[in-house]
Amino acid sequence: MKERIFNAHGLTKTYASGEVEVRALRGVDLEIWAGEVVVLLGPSGSGKSTLLNIMGGLDRASGGRLFFKDLELTSLGDRDLTMYRRRHVGFVFQFYNLVPSLTAYENVALVTEISEHPMRPDEALSLVGLDARMDHFPSQLSGGEQQRVAIARAIAKRPEVLLCDEPTGALDSKTGILVIEALLRVNSQLGTTTLIITHNAGIQAVADRVLFFADGQISKIRKNETRRAAAELSW
Amino acid sequence: MRVLDIKLIRDLIRLWAQALAIGFVIAGGVATLVLAVGSARSLDETRTAYYERYRFADVFASAKRAPKSLVDRIAEIPGVAAVDARIAKLALLDIPNFREPATGQFISLPEGGQPLLNRLYIRMGRMPEPGNAEEVVISESFAKGHGFGPGARFSAILNGRKRDLAVVGIALSPEFIYAIGPGDIMPDDRRFGVIWMSEKALASAYDLEGAFSSVNLKLLRDASEREVIQRLDALLDRYGGRAAHGRKDQTSHAWLDHELDMLDNMSRTLPPIFLLVAAFLVNLTLTRLVALEREQIGLLKALGYSNIAIASHYIKFILVLVAIGVALGSAAGTSLGIYITRLFGDFFHFPFLVFVQSPGLYVTGAALSLLAAIVGAVRALRDVVTLAPAVAMQPPAPQRFRRLLPSRFAIDRMLSQPMMMALRNVARHPFRAAFTTLGMALATSILIVSLFTRDTIEQLIDVTYFMADRQDATVSFVEKRPLDVVNQMARLPGVLAAEPYREIPVRIRKGAIERRVMIAGRPRNADLSRIIDVDLRPVTPPESGLAISDMLAQILGVRAGDFVEIDLLEGPRRTVTLPIAARVEDYFGLRAFMDAEAVSRLMREAPAVNSVHLSLDANSVNALYQTVKAMPSVGGMALQRMSLMNFRESVGLLITTMGGIYTGLAAIIAFGVVYNNARISLSERARELASLRVLGFTRGEVTRILFVELAVLALIAQPPGWAIGYGLAWMMKTNLAGELMRVRLVLENFTYALASTIVLVAAVLSAIVVRRRVNRLDLVAVLKTRD
Repeated sequence: MKERIFNAHGLTKTYASGEVEVRALRGVDLEIWAGEVVVLLGPSGSGKSTLLNIMGGLDRASGGRLFFKDLELTSLGDRDLTMYRRRHVGFVFQFYNLVPSLTAYENVALVTEISEHPMRPDEALSLVGLDARMDHFPSQLSGGEQQRVAIARAIAKRPEVLLCDEPTGALDSKTGILVIEALLRVNSQLGTTTLIITHNAGIQAVADRVLFFADGQISKIRKNETRRAAAELSW
Repeated sequence: MRVLDIKLIRDLIRLWAQALAIGFVIAGGVATLVLAVGSARSLDETRTAYYERYRFADVFASAKRAPKSLVDRIAEIPGVAAVDARIAKLALLDIPNFREPATGQFISLPEGGQPLLNRLYIRMGRMPEPGNAEEVVISESFAKGHGFGPGARFSAILNGRKRDLAVVGIALSPEFIYAIGPGDIMPDDRRFGVIWMSEKALASAYDLEGAFSSVNLKLLRDASEREVIQRLDALLDRYGGRAAHGRKDQTSHAWLDHELDMLDNMSRTLPPIFLLVAAFLVNLTLTRLVALEREQIGLLKALGYSNIAIASHYIKFILVLVAIGVALGSAAGTSLGIYITRLFGDFFHFPFLVFVQSPGLYVTGAALSLLAAIVGAVRALRDVVTLAPAVAMQPPAPQRFRRLLPSRFAIDRMLSQPMMMALRNVARHPFRAAFTTLGMALATSILIVSLFTRDTIEQLIDVTYFMADRQDATVSFVEKRPLDVVNQMARLPGVLAAEPYREIPVRIRKGAIERRVMIAGRPRNADLSRIIDVDLRPVTPPESGLAISDMLAQILGVRAGDFVEIDLLEGPRRTVTLPIAARVEDYFGLRAFMDAEAVSRLMREAPAVNSVHLSLDANSVNALYQTVKAMPSVGGMALQRMSLMNFRESVGLLITTMGGIYTGLAAIIAFGVVYNNARISLSERARELASLRVLGFTRGEVTRILFVELAVLALIAQPPGWAIGYGLAWMMKTNLAGELMRVRLVLENFTYALASTIVLVAAVLSAIVVRRRVNRLDLVAVLKTRD
C-alpha cells in the first residue's frame, strides 16, 4: 500500500473578494497517494485553485480538516505553514512568477538557498532541458522556457509534492507538451507526487487519476488504467 | 552572494532614479541638520577659543578721570583676577579722500606692548613704539574699509586738536568683534574704526597722565559678577564713573551672542522641521514602493521564505537608500556648514576658525531617517505579509469605485474621461490622496519657511528706516550739550531740519526682572525720529510715562498702564516709578522713549542733548561734512543711508545666504517628493495605462490621465502648504526673536506664489521625466499575462 500524502475532510473556503463574498469550496473530501499524478479539471471558479492553494499552504481553509501525512495543515500558524512550504512543497504557477531581476539560475537558487537537501540549480535546470539558458533573465526567455524555469525552481528542493496551477495555460500546445514532459520526468525520476490544475482536457490522459470539479466540490473521480506519455498528447 | 542580495542590487539599479530621489530627500534633511548645528557649534567654539586666548574681560566700566592709584583698590575687590585700566576716547577722524566724518574709538596701549586683558591679535605690522604719539594700530575692518595697510596715514581730532597718525599695524580684538559706532545700529567699516595708540601719547592728548577713563576686569571663576559690579561702581562713583556692566551689556559681545544665538536657534528650529518633513516623505514613498512589490513578496512567501527573511530583504533595500541619503546629506551639510562658518567668520573678523566635528550629528540624522524609512516600509510590509501568499500573488481585488455625486448631477458628463478617472481614483484612495497632498503641502511649507526671511527683512527695513528713524544723519556729541546746540546745528550748511535727542542710561525693573536700557527723550513734535507703535502707527511720546519696545514689555511682563521702576544711572542716581504708556514696534535692541521735557525733569537738569537728528539737503552735504569734521564736541556722525546699505550688505546678506541655502535644500526635497509620487503612480497603474494604450489611447492621452491626478493633488496641496508654512515661519520667528534683534512675521503673496511655483515646476519636471517611461510601457506584456 502506498503512503497517503494528503487527506481532506469537508474542506470549505469562503472569500471576500472586493465587495463580493465567494464560497470557493463547499466541503471537499479527498485522498492523494505518494507518487501519483493527479489532474484537476473543471470550469473557472469551480474551486480547483483554492484547493491547491490550501494544500500548498498558500491559503487557509475556512472549515474542515486537511492532513499532509500526519501533519494537520488546517491547524498550522503562518510560521509553520512557511516551514511546511519550504520543506515539502514545490509550486508551478500559470504566470511563472519568476523574479524579473534574477536570471534563470538565480531564480532556482532562490529556493535551493533555503532548502535542506536541494539539488544544484544547474541540475534542476538540466532536468527541464534548460542547461543552455541558465544565465538568461526572464525577459529573455520564451513563455515555455520561463515555465520550465519555474518547474526547475519548484523541484530543485526535491519536494514531496509538486502543485501546478495551469502550468500550460499561457502556452501554445507544442511548448505546453514540453512543460508536461518535464513534469512527468520529475515525477518518474524523483517520485514527486504531482497535482496539475488545467482547463485542458487533453492533459488528463497523463494522469493516474482525474478529479472533476464543479461549484466548489469534487463532482467525479476517474482513474486511468494506463498513463499516456506527454509526447502522445495533442490539443 | 545570496540570491536575494543579487535581487536587491538589481532592484536598486532598476530603480536608480527613484532611489536617488529618495536619497536626495533624506540628504536634504540630514544636510540641514549637519550644516546648521555644525556651523553654530563651530562658531561658538571659535568665539570661546578667541575669548580665552586673547583674554576677553568679564566686567567693563568707564569714568571721566580716575587716578591710577585706584587700580590697586579695584584689584582688591573679592573675585577680581585681573584689572586693566586704560584710556578710551571717541574722536572724529579726517581721512583723505573720504568725505563723510568717521569716528575712531581710541584705546591706549601700555608701554610694555600688549594690554593685560582684551589682547590684540596683530594681523599685519607691529605694535606702536612706546611713547610715539604718531604710531597707531587700527582694527582690521576699518583698515579694509579704507584699504589701509602699515604706512597709511590719516588724522584725528583728539581733544580739539588735529593730529596726524601713521598706521603701523592691523589688529583684531575680542572686544570689538562687532564694532558699532555711536548712533549706529549696524557696523560700518568705513565710518567707524578702533585705533590703539601709546598710552603716553593718548594721556597727554587728553590730559589724563596718571589717570584712566576705562577699566576692564577679569573675574575668578566663582566670583559674583553682581557684587563686583556694585563695588566697582562705588569706587568709580566720585570719578564720574558710569555704571559698570558685564559681558551681557558689552555691545560687541551682546551682538555676537545674539548672532550666534540666532544661528543656534535656527539650528534647533529648521533642521528638525526639514528632517521630520523629509522623514515623513520618505516614509510615505517607501510605503507605496513596498506595496508595489506585493506579488514578489507573495511569491517569496510561497517559496517558503519567512516573514523576517522577507522583511530584512526590504529593510536592506531601505538601508542602502538611507545610506545614500545620509552620505550625500553629510557631505553637503559639512561643506555648507564650513561655508557658513567661513562666511560668519569673515563677517566677525575672527582671527582663526575652529571647526567642530560632531559625529553625533551624523548619527542623529542617520538614525532619524532610518527610523522613518523603516517604519514606512514595515507599515507596507505588514499589510502584505499578513495576506495569505495565494492572495498576495494575485493583484489586489478590483477596488470599489463609485460616482462622485448621484447621477442626476451629471457632472460626469461635464468632465473629460481622464479627469473622471483621476477624480474617482482620488476618491477611492482618500487616505493615500490625503497623504500625498500632505507631502506636497509640506514641500511647499518648507519652501515658505526658507523664503520668509526676505519679506520679513524688507518689512524691518521699511519700519526702521522709513517709518521710525527718518533722519538722514545723527550727530553724536562726546559729552551732553545744552539744547541750543540744536539751533546751531540747524544753521549749518545743508541742514534742512534738526531735532534734539537726549539719552540717559537706566535700569528698568518690574519685580525681579530688570534690564539696562537707554531712555531717549524726544520733543513732542519730533518728525524725523518717530515712535511707531505695535499697530504700525506713529504715536506721540507720552507726556509722563514711557513708550517701550514691545519686546521689553514682554520681557518685563507689562502692559500699557502698568508701572515700572527706573534706576537712573547718570546724574542724580535715584529710583523713580513711571507708567508704561505705549508699546513700540522696533526690531533692534531694547529701547524706551519719553518726552524730552519729562526727561529733563527726571534728571533735574536744563534741557540737554546727546545727539541731534538731521534732515539734509543731498546737494550740500559735503560742506556739512567738512564743518562737522572740525567740531571738537562731535564724537560721531551716523548716516541712515549708509546704515541701511551696511545692513543690507551684512545682516541682510547673511540671512539671505542662509535663506538661499535652505531654499535650495527645500527645493531638492520638494522635487524628490513630487518625482517619487509620479513614478510610483505610474508603477501602480502601469497595467491599466498599458491596457488603455492597447485600446488605442495615444501616449499623450495616457500621460494626461496619469498627470491629471498629480496636478489635482498638487494644486489642492498648495493652500494647506501655505498655512503650514505660515505656522512654521511663525515658530521660527518666535524662536529667533532676541533682545538685540527680532522681526515681525511678514509673508508677501509673492512668497506664497514662489513656493508654490517651485513645487509646481518640480511637478512639471517630474511629469516630463516620467512621461518618457510612459512611452516605454510594454503593451504586449499586458496582453500576455494575467488579468
